Amino acid sequence: MLQTDGVLDGRGEPDSEPGPSRVLDMYRTMVLIRHFEEGVRSLYAAGLVPGLVHLCSGQEAANVGVIAALKRSDFIASHHRGHGHCIAKGTPLPLLMAEILGRAAGISQGRGGTLHMFDPAVGNLGTNGIVGGGIPLATGAALTAKRLRTGQIAVAFFGDGALNQGLLHECMNMAAIWKLPVVFVCENNGYGEYTAIDTVTAGGSLTARGEVFDIPSHMVDGMDVLAVHAAAVAAVSRARAGEGPSFLICNTYRFSGHHAADKQEYKNKEEVKLWAGKDPILRLAGHLREQGIGQEDLDRMESEAAADVAAAVEFGKRSAEPEPALLRSRVYA
Amino acid sequence: MPEEREITYRAAIIEALREEMRADPRVIVLGEDVGAAGGVFKQTEGLFAEFGTERVIDTPISESGAFGIAVGAAMTGLRPVFEVMFCDFLTLVMDQLVNQAAKVHYMSNGLLSVPLVLRTTMGTGANLGPQHSQSLYAWTAHVPGLKVVVPSTAYDAKGLYRSALRDDNPVLIFEDRLLYNTKSPIPEEPFAVPFGRCDVKRAGSDITIVAVGRMVHAALAAATRLAEHGLDTEVVDPRSLVPLDVEGLVRSVRKTNRVLVVDGGHRQYGAAAEIAATLSEEAFDWLDAPVTRLAAEDVPIPLSRSLEPLVQPNEMRIAEQAQILMGR
Repeated sequence: MLQTDGVLDGRGEPDSEPGPSRVLDMYRTMVLIRHFEEGVRSLYAAGLVPGLVHLCSGQEAANVGVIAALKRSDFIASHHRGHGHCIAKGTPLPLLMAEILGRAAGISQGRGGTLHMFDPAVGNLGTNGIVGGGIPLATGAALTAKRLRTGQIAVAFFGDGALNQGLLHECMNMAAIWKLPVVFVCENNGYGEYTAIDTVTAGGSLTARGEVFDIPSHMVDGMDVLAVHAAAVAAVSRARAGEGPSFLICNTYRFSGHHAADKQEYKNKEEVKLWAGKDPILRLAGHLREQGIGQEDLDRMESEAAADVAAAVEFGKRSAEPEPALLRSRVYA
Repeated sequence: MPEEREITYRAAIIEALREEMRADPRVIVLGEDVGAAGGVFKQTEGLFAEFGTERVIDTPISESGAFGIAVGAAMTGLRPVFEVMFCDFLTLVMDQLVNQAAKVHYMSNGLLSVPLVLRTTMGTGANLGPQHSQSLYAWTAHVPGLKVVVPSTAYDAKGLYRSALRDDNPVLIFEDRLLYNTKSPIPEEPFAVPFGRCDVKRAGSDITIVAVGRMVHAALAAATRLAEHGLDTEVVDPRSLVPLDVEGLVRSVRKTNRVLVVDGGHRQYGAAAEIAATLSEEAFDWLDAPVTRLAAEDVPIPLSRSLEPLVQPNEMRIAEQAQILMGR
């Protein structure tokens, strides 16, 4: 979905200091993700979304800052709060929205829904219903890239909840010993489901969890897309150069609950207010205005995003339910 | 016509792997001790020397992560053969197997597939105790999206491996460790044994014994014993549990009208239960007696040299059960 400078289209290499059009592109994508999530929220409130849905509003800088450092052909494995990754990597909005609605026009014809959206055409190995489940998939994709010398790299996205999965540490160990081109990206939004990270996580340093494997590990302000992007570009370059994995922790915040119906009574009101003041989209908008971008340009991008999402919502709602015959197909390849 | 040579079950598997690794650079082998050590049961011997560290990869003792990496590799272009040293350790890979590998093709509506072989060992007989002696194929056969193969001979092992290595789905191969040194005649030329095709290991007319894995050999020995009592026993080996050759099994039952299912896995909710229920449904009109099961005792498998042999069916118990089923 990122359009200018064309890194995702393979027309250029990412730069740790992206040019103005690139930054605008990131802004446009972040706004699009925010509008998309609001669209999903309203569909959920209307009872149209089967099951549960986990929104990523507030985490757009972490999503976009990293993916803007990738090529279209690079792999990502996402998690249960993964709409932003799918959008940034380039899957068309209508296919995602229809999938979230469980409809036949969805990217998986409604078999997977929000937790299982795959798009190998853009290197997306899927959102995932198991916390930490995407980590070995991305690491395995990195093994493929290394073994077949394709030049691709892989990013494993996961939340702070997955920091306490043994799977992460197993994969970090193997990625380090085999020097795999993978970047481990923790989007630390402070909560694993309904539980605050500090109540379930020992040790004073989260980056130590990568450092123990000699993996370069950095903590970045996950509400600052430019900071995330700079760190991601360094990590991606390292991976592409064959030097092995990196670990980034993007400190961010989940503006919504664990899922769309979560009332978040466990959150402190002061904390919510504090983080609302760090909104990554408002922050980037401020930066862009300082760079001389007019408010009318920002407003135009906002209304374009709203229109794109409205069209995706309409597409999803108009899409038919899958035919019963779909039930038994593609159990086996 | 060249004379057929006899090679071991172990050698047949290594040969199948070698042939496929030579033919397809996407095939890699991963697992604990599979590399320089050649496998703890020598079941990958020689592969490391030929294909090197890039394609024969020793993993740390991190089954969950390592298998998950194999799944990710399979989704993106490799064809990994992942070894779980004892099937008892399947517990450690279960999430990656059941929630990822088995479902990716379906969940992605066919956009992705997981061409992967998970090979593992099983069975009693070496006094390895409760955590190293189980035969847990029924667990995996319960999960849609997985294929489950249990070769009983060197010939079948080689041919089933070729099919597995060319299949685009996750395929589990359960190898009974006591079979590794057993031999059968094997052609020099590569060949495949298709999944979903049972094999009549011994033709007979009085009773069918459907047996899985090493139990095929116990059933054949029992058949010899039963022949001394005038009973003509047919022994049928499903070879793959998923897909299961229901038609082939029914064909045998139509001939003999009696069936005993022998399974080295536990009796409760097991493979024998599935096969017995299927035959009761599909072959009811040809049955002269209820379908009977003989499977492993529903107990953890004890280490003791006197207790362990009581767990899985053996020649004697199979013969006794067959005679009961014949009303003798």
